[in-house]
Amino acid sequence: MKLIDKMVQLKINDISINVERGTTVLDAAEKIGVHIPTLCHLNLEDFGVVNKSASCRVCVVEDENTGRLIPSCAQEVYDGMKIQTDSLKAVMGRRTNLELLLSNHPNDCLTCVKNLDCELQSLAYELNIKEIHYQGEKMKHPVDITSFGITKDTNKCIMCRRCVTMCNDIQTVGVLGALKRGFDSVVATAFHLDLNQTSCTYCGQCVSVCPTGALAETNDSPKVWRALNNPNKHVIVQVAPAVRAAIGEEFGYEPGEILTGKVVSGLRRLGFHQVFDTNFAADLTIIEEATELVDRIQNKKTLPMLTSCCPAWVQFIEHQFPELLDVPSSCKSPHEMLGVLAKTYYAQVNNLDPKDIVMVSIMPCTAKKAEAARGELNKDGLSDVDHVITTRELARMFKEASIDFTKLPNDEFDNLLGESTGAAAIFGTTGGVIEAATRTAYEMITGKELKEVDFKQLRGIEGIREAKVNIGDLELNIGIAHGLGNARKLLQDIRDGKSHFHAIEIMACPGGCIGGGGQPYHHGHTDILLKRQQALYDLDASMPRRKSHENEMLIKLYDDFLGKPGGHLAHDLLHTTYSAKERI
Amino acid sequence: MRNRILDTSTLDKELLKQLDAFIDSLEGDKQEHLIHVLHKAQDLFSYLPQNLQLYIARKLDLSGARVNGVVTFYSYFNEKPVGKYIISVCMGTACFVKGADKVLERVLELTGTSKNEMSSDGLFTVKDVRCIGACGLAPVMTVNDKVYGKVKPKDVDDIIRHYRSIQYESK
Ligand code: SF4
Ligand code: SF4
Ligand code: FES
Ligand code: FES
Repeated sequence: MKLIDKMVQLKINDISINVERGTTVLDAAEKIGVHIPTLCHLNLEDFGVVNKSASCRVCVVEDENTGRLIPSCAQEVYDGMKIQTDSLKAVMGRRTNLELLLSNHPNDCLTCVKNLDCELQSLAYELNIKEIHYQGEKMKHPVDITSFGITKDTNKCIMCRRCVTMCNDIQTVGVLGALKRGFDSVVATAFHLDLNQTSCTYCGQCVSVCPTGALAETNDSPKVWRALNNPNKHVIVQVAPAVRAAIGEEFGYEPGEILTGKVVSGLRRLGFHQVFDTNFAADLTIIEEATELVDRIQNKKTLPMLTSCCPAWVQFIEHQFPELLDVPSSCKSPHEMLGVLAKTYYAQVNNLDPKDIVMVSIMPCTAKKAEAARGELNKDGLSDVDHVITTRELARMFKEASIDFTKLPNDEFDNLLGESTGAAAIFGTTGGVIEAATRTAYEMITGKELKEVDFKQLRGIEGIREAKVNIGDLELNIGIAHGLGNARKLLQDIRDGKSHFHAIEIMACPGGCIGGGGQPYHHGHTDILLKRQQALYDLDASMPRRKSHENEMLIKLYDDFLGKPGGHLAHDLLHTTYSAKERI
Repeated sequence: MRNRILDTSTLDKELLKQLDAFIDSLEGDKQEHLIHVLHKAQDLFSYLPQNLQLYIARKLDLSGARVNGVVTFYSYFNEKPVGKYIISVCMGTACFVKGADKVLERVLELTGTSKNEMSSDGLFTVKDVRCIGACGLAPVMTVNDKVYGKVKPKDVDDIIRHYRSIQYESK
């Protein structure tokens, strides 16, 4: 094709522009800095998908040649096209379409979990909606509060199908779909099942793209307030690696600022008795996981070994590949390890009754909420972790307590379960867990000091990556996948006997925990994830110790309490089991 | 399995065998044939209960939500047991302006049921459907394969009476 055929000339708001054939009016307008409001449209190119349901019609513009209103997100340009984005007709058309959406919406913004973070609400502001001129029948659906991770209020759904795209095309879980047609049409689970009856992984990626409050994390902050208010409880909190790299966004910081010290002092102000670092347990996970990997390699047991710190991923393999449950590592996820240690080791040292301890985890993740409720994760009937709240919920608690986050001093974590290395810091990004494990496995296997700790070949953002790492005379094949659709590909290979990996790291969320379903909303600006990722690598580089097995508190923990890595007590407290589940 | 209606082990084994044979005989990408498979399944089982939809989803490696989405999109498919006679009253624009709602109302009254439910005697299931392409005959209703045109509410009585009585004759 000649170059000329590939290009199309058109005018947008009287500005001439040449763009490639196939470009949408929306994209063409963006090239010349003309803003068109959108709602259902969502460009997730970094994850390999664009949501193009063209259902909301708030992006209509006027095609002057025909005098018609066209949806700019879906309409492709043609030669000689003349577009007005700000003609009276276009402005009115957009407003009408938005009002129609609002006429079938509960409009209870004041008490909505998405208040001030809702794209529908911002659009109502942007389009200057002061009155809703239409009155129609409103849908009436039950609110699904059955799962521990996610609350689905279909009455707030605008049928943009972003969640359907996410759950089917990126995560390949297929829990959500479009049912029925016309006014009755609804985005729902198969047969309107409650989420806890489905194969939902609670990854929360649907939540992270839903423009309204139709999908949200289950709000657990009231439970945390209640615990803090109970004078008989000793309330401990821990903070996951990815939280510190993102929470600032809720308070006006640039993405990618590490704010650990403020989070710690803020948590003390909220009244937590001890503030521990999940990173400590990340280091612990590495010791246990590397021990398991070395054992599996040296004793020719099941390979590859898959990391197991992502609960959404665990849920995924249990439902989708129940025949492969011997491949994930048996290690619990870090916050669960810390939880059980708080109720055993810490309780012993401080002479506390474990029953009086309440363990709260601050996580970037909605799946950790459901994980904490798993029957397997308890010791003598006490759950390892009692409550999980997301980064977003913690930010709201700070606001609720009128704590000015920006003015908080920098504090340090409490001792005993508070120290960590750079290896733990990078747990929050795709590639980080396996890099941390490699640093430790290298020294375990060779007995020599690892001089160059940066395994750059394991870093990056592509959905599936592979690398070879030489450990003595062993060549270790490492695979990495993030996003469940990518994980599925590696699992299919394992099932079909085609996998050549020794170890595979899997994280359910695109980007890893930095892109978790409980993180501040990116509203489609996925470049934010890269900034959070970089921040974690910088943090790692700035740490005095960068190998998990050099964590001194950890060495003391093994000496005083746990015994050997992978030993009897370690197994009892820090490892878990999986069970096959039906796929719905 | 906690949810009994999703238990695929209660489905009729003989019929499943026939369905499997049909699916195995399909050429090319089986997922593309979802609608054919659903047609066949409904022919065999007379309706598409949830566990059957789930069975088909797993067989074709599709999600349950996808299969259920297609089943609920087309009014042809039944998720619930259906009567011996399926009465479809067209609610397309042409039929509607000629009073199809009155026809539907009378049908429901005489069969003593509500939309998409089977009547208690197991004889009728009543549906409202979108334009069936016989607008010239509006308002239109069908009973199984038979089409009735220019139906007035009072004609409904005769039609229903007819199906009730052939029921007795055939006994
Ligand atoms: S939480 Fe994840 S698996 Fe569950 S519906 Fe949302 S995207 Fe799908
Ligand atoms: S639940 Fe949210 S993301 Fe899904 S279709 Fe409805 S509004 Fe869109
Ligand atoms: S943004 Fe274009 S139709 Fe919704
Ligand atoms: S509208 Fe009833 S047949 Fe067309």
